[in-house]
Amino acid sequence: MKRVALWALLSHWRHRPLQFLTLLLGISLATALWSGVQAINAEARASYARAASVLEQGDLIQLLPQPGRQITVADYVSLRRAGWVVSPVIEGGYRFGEARIRLIGIDPLSMPREGRAFEISGGNDISSFMGAEGELVVSAATAAKLDGKTDIPLKIAAEVPNDAAFTDIAVADRLLQRNGSIDRIVVAPSQQLDVSDLQEAAPWAVLRSPSEKPDVAQLTDSFHLNLTAFGFLAFVVGLFIVYSTIGLSFEQRRSTFRTLRSLGVSLQSLIVLLMLELAVFGLVAGLLGVTIGYLLASTLLPGVAATLQGLYGASVSGSLALRPEWWGAGLAMALAGTACASAQNLWQVKQLPILSAAQPRAWAGLSARVLRAQVVCGLLLLVLSAVLAFAGTGLVVGFAVLGALLLGAALLLPPLMSGFLKLAESCAGGAVTQWFWADTRVQLPGLSLALMALLLALSANIGVGTMVSSFRLTFIGWLDQRLAAELYVTARDEDEAARLRQWLDGRHVTVLPIWSTEGQVLGRQVEIYGVADDATYRDHWPLIRGNQDVWDAIASGNSALVNEQFWRQGEVDIGQELELPGGWKVKVVGVYSDYGNPNGQVIVDVTALAQHYPDIPKLRYGLRAAPAVAADLQRQLMDEFGLPDGNVLDQASVKQRSREVFDQTFTVTGALNVLTLAVAGFAMFASLLTLSGRRLPQLAPVWAMGMRRRDLALLEVVRTLLLWSATFVAAIPLGLVLAWVLLSIINVEAFGWKLPMHVFPLDWLWLGLVALGAALLSVLLPVKRLATVHPADLLRIFANER
Amino acid sequence: MLLTISGLTKSYSTAEGPIAVLKGIDLQLQAGETVALTGESGSGKSTLLHLVGGLDQPDAGRIIVNDRDIATLADAERALYRRHEVGLVFQQFNLIPSLDVAANIAFHARLAGRQEPEWERQLVEKLGLTALLNRYPEQLSGGQQQRVAIARSLAVRPPLILADEPTGNLDEATGDAVLDLMLSLSGEAGSALLLVTHSMRLAGKLDRQIMLRAGRIGG
Amino acid sequence: MNDSWSKRALALLLLIAALPVVVLAQGFAGLGSDAEGFSVPRRGTLMAFPADHGPHPDFRIEWWYVTANLEAEDGRVFGVQWTLFRSALAPGNAEGWRDPQIWIGHAALTTPDHHYVAERLGRGGIGQAGVETTPFRAWIDHWEMKSNSLPDEDELARLDLFAAGDAFSYQLTLETSTPPVPQGDRGYSVKSEAGQASHYYSQPFYQIKGALVVGGKPVAITGKGWLDREWSSQPLAADQEGWDWFSLHLDSGDKLMAFRLRDAAGGFISANWIKADGETEMIDTESVSLEPLRTAKVNGRPVPVEWRIQVPAKRVDITTHALNDQSWMGTSTPYWEGPIRFGGSHSGVGYLEMTGY
Repeated sequence: MKRVALWALLSHWRHRPLQFLTLLLGISLATALWSGVQAINAEARASYARAASVLEQGDLIQLLPQPGRQITVADYVSLRRAGWVVSPVIEGGYRFGEARIRLIGIDPLSMPREGRAFEISGGNDISSFMGAEGELVVSAATAAKLDGKTDIPLKIAAEVPNDAAFTDIAVADRLLQRNGSIDRIVVAPSQQLDVSDLQEAAPWAVLRSPSEKPDVAQLTDSFHLNLTAFGFLAFVVGLFIVYSTIGLSFEQRRSTFRTLRSLGVSLQSLIVLLMLELAVFGLVAGLLGVTIGYLLASTLLPGVAATLQGLYGASVSGSLALRPEWWGAGLAMALAGTACASAQNLWQVKQLPILSAAQPRAWAGLSARVLRAQVVCGLLLLVLSAVLAFAGTGLVVGFAVLGALLLGAALLLPPLMSGFLKLAESCAGGAVTQWFWADTRVQLPGLSLALMALLLALSANIGVGTMVSSFRLTFIGWLDQRLAAELYVTARDEDEAARLRQWLDGRHVTVLPIWSTEGQVLGRQVEIYGVADDATYRDHWPLIRGNQDVWDAIASGNSALVNEQFWRQGEVDIGQELELPGGWKVKVVGVYSDYGNPNGQVIVDVTALAQHYPDIPKLRYGLRAAPAVAADLQRQLMDEFGLPDGNVLDQASVKQRSREVFDQTFTVTGALNVLTLAVAGFAMFASLLTLSGRRLPQLAPVWAMGMRRRDLALLEVVRTLLLWSATFVAAIPLGLVLAWVLLSIINVEAFGWKLPMHVFPLDWLWLGLVALGAALLSVLLPVKRLATVHPADLLRIFANER
Repeated sequence: MLLTISGLTKSYSTAEGPIAVLKGIDLQLQAGETVALTGESGSGKSTLLHLVGGLDQPDAGRIIVNDRDIATLADAERALYRRHEVGLVFQQFNLIPSLDVAANIAFHARLAGRQEPEWERQLVEKLGLTALLNRYPEQLSGGQQQRVAIARSLAVRPPLILADEPTGNLDEATGDAVLDLMLSLSGEAGSALLLVTHSMRLAGKLDRQIMLRAGRIGG
Repeated sequence: MNDSWSKRALALLLLIAALPVVVLAQGFAGLGSDAEGFSVPRRGTLMAFPADHGPHPDFRIEWWYVTANLEAEDGRVFGVQWTLFRSALAPGNAEGWRDPQIWIGHAALTTPDHHYVAERLGRGGIGQAGVETTPFRAWIDHWEMKSNSLPDEDELARLDLFAAGDAFSYQLTLETSTPPVPQGDRGYSVKSEAGQASHYYSQPFYQIKGALVVGGKPVAITGKGWLDREWSSQPLAADQEGWDWFSLHLDSGDKLMAFRLRDAAGGFISANWIKADGETEMIDTESVSLEPLRTAKVNGRPVPVEWRIQVPAKRVDITTHALNDQSWMGTSTPYWEGPIRFGGSHSGVGYLEMTGY
């Protein structure tokens, strides 16, 4: 019996392959975008965890210096002499030529097994690692990057993440000029002493427990939250499709349900059968979705990796691992989504009396009560969003502002449209016009979910697009300021650098040293750059606080500029005194913008820098020369010194490269934008298709009274375009507000910089055209059906029960 | 002569091959005349009505209305014919769900471009719809809906009103009342009425009765 | 001559190398490496104290090695080991992290049922580990061997010794009035037919008092101790694969040190007879016989734990028994080292070390 009943239920889909396809595609798309984003997030988080575990010994308790203090060798030895099993680490960024490497100096003798990233096996290994020459243990990719840039022998270990190098602590101490200070101390998990006494033994240190998230994971939270939000948005939009399709299929099968029940299938069995059917579909479509999601994630991951590298300096592998938990979660989401989308319909089946006439709902109008509730909720959300925007702080609040804004606006859309249509109806002159407006209003309930989804997708497009374009414009302007020198040259070693300086002397070239070191300032690892007292900086440097006078102060050697990120962290302000490593005290006189840099930065006078830190590498220089001469100079430098291409860069190619990195950075955002829009378009299509099935009773009388089917179809197209356009128009202000929130709230919280907003109406035009195309596509099939509907089908409306 | 039908045939294709529904119908209708079309289920009476209403096309034969053969009209011309010369009342779904009663009543007349407010007011009053003007079709009972449909079809004062079981969904008393109103008002409007019904009792209220049997006029 | 040199050199280098035991099967090749840049032991170099108690950074390897046979008042018997190895990546010293000296500490406590082991590694130059003279002090982390000698005594005459592991610790006082005993030819100790050698002296006459903490309980003990000091730079002979080394306290008060470096042939045997008054005498290689009697399965491999030792010239014919057959040093480089007792022509206690099994 049940098999027969199931067969009867399933036979529906055989006659409606398009509906079946829509259902599967809806679930698949929703699952694909969601699980694709989750896959990307999972891979990135795994990378952070791996990096934290490998590079930062993140699984172990660590001792970090108390703010304002340094850990000395004596501190470390005092712990060892007290019996603690601890191991010192020195780390920092180091530049080999133009290759920037995270250098991690460890003591292989005391580093506990749990904190070892790679095996040092064999006496030869130890003696080369700890030997006088030293050794850099790096990944194959990093080894290729460092080839020829350092005299230190390289050793390849697959476990080491890219752009990082392990070396003996003695080598790190020398290269990073730590002079005996230690960055952190790793605590072995097995101790003869009680770890709870450790803080007492090391009052100069802050204990960091291993459970705490890696720094980079905290930094990138915003990015992943962003992706998750997009993924969820797409998922919800996809569920609209599923909801419409299931609703339609249930409606069309009402007579089947009734027949089955009157033939003795219990209500309970019927519902179980329907749930079984939906579960199977959900599972199949979910599998398909997870597969698509995997492909999607594999395609997007390199872009994401580039983004994370560019924005946060976080290294994420560009290849995707298959994680069983992710498959499971994807399928679960597919099933849960299907369940959500079908719950209401199942409930209706449960309420259906056996003998009720199978009348389709003539029009389940948006009742005034529902509309009022939507208005109230929407307004409340908008007010909440505004209050949070002006009163709250923090990234989570930022996203709450976004969420409340989008949801509130989406809720307001149907009541607004309804009101507008009512107004239009009352102003309409002709019978057809009046009917058109009235009929459009009747379609609104069936389309409102799809329209809300469309509004979200369009405004997300406008908002994110405006943010990225504003950022790009600002970034390029900033590049022009920042990259003022015509040539950038990097010597391969100090000898070459000295010869270079000599050679440049007296060639009518202004030589701007780009020397830097790294160190702890206010308990944070920051870069310290030196600048020459030169008009280049006075004219071009992108100051956001401070005026021309700051350069005189800098030149005096006792003042400093800090970058925006460092400043916005809230511990540095104008006029404050900063203690740089080695007890050098400088006064903060200005703040400059420094986009795309994950780290804090301090700028001081270059001469003073070289005096305080005599051992800094003096390899990099910016050269100011007349543009006509620059190309010659570049060739001469390469000929004279045999410098490779990468070591002599002209301004244009540096800018080009920066722009490329920037553009790559937002590839994934763009891709997700387009995909979300596509899903929203598909949701619209599914909704229209569903509605077209219910349209005949609404259209038949009009046709009978003398309207051609063709005219009716044309009006359908006009109606769809109108709704899309109205949504698009509503999306523009919403998108701009969204962009403002992204630029002024989210960016500041997430990256530490604030950007001016620029508006790009031409982009909207493009988006509008794309949306128009999508609208036409979505209405094409339903309208074609209508235009060619057989009169007999229309006539049947008047006589027969459907 | 308002309507002259001659040699009208119509068949539908089905899985078992074409089925001839009308097998050569000849019929005439005077202006203002009321004629009942009766017959068993499947005798072809609704099909005949649809053909006369310009809602469908015959296989062969002529349907002359006011000296014009509407069987040969193009789709657009047929739409105009429906708009200007025919009033239609069906068993159900006569009304436009998105419009209120007043707009529904006025709709056809406005479409045809000949609105007569006074005539409409009379119709509303006589059909007892005054209190219902601002309601929507879904808020009406079946009898009320049919009364609105009748008002709409009469409002345009068409030469010919075609009604297909207009009281089929109503109980007997309501059906009788609705039909009586329809007959008296179509007389006022000067419209001829072709009514399809399977009820001989109702058919008796009309000027003339024609019975269809297996696609032919008989009895 | 001599003895523990090669074994400890091997242990040390393997230790640093963190090599699994199986690699031992590949032989010694390369382990001792060459003496490039390092000083080489020379015959005729006389010991000079207290300077020679301290480190010799120009030599590749060196150790301070104490073993003790101890007894509680209730008759329970214990063995204790305290060792500080020095291994140089390059000759000499340097400031801070760049110091090429590596230090390794091993500590063990043996009971009939348990063998407790601990290990410590550290680098020179920063104060984590090292050895100083006047006053003498050798340490790594919190482990320490510190002189407590009176002004006119040898720096090593009185020592305080401390080490601790996960489940044990000990604090011992070592005392002797006998001067240190040079091994081999006035402290020049040959270790192979090919002529590899070390500088080597011992202090086998310690009387010990102190306390152990084992299983969380303190135990007062007394007993005898033996200190070895040795430094060299030269590799072992290529065919030598391990060794068996004995230090024996005879009840008569005399001491016997004997070892065999195993190779494909009969091995290289060396022994010294040290009279109770400290006078030392090398015993002719041919007149010493070391013969394993019984093996026990230790850490998955057969290790000889009972030996017959014959020195006809001294009328010695004894059989040794391990206090605990499972005296396995599960350090980065594993080896067997534990207290023994012996009977036969003579009786007494001592220590046995075996590597390469």
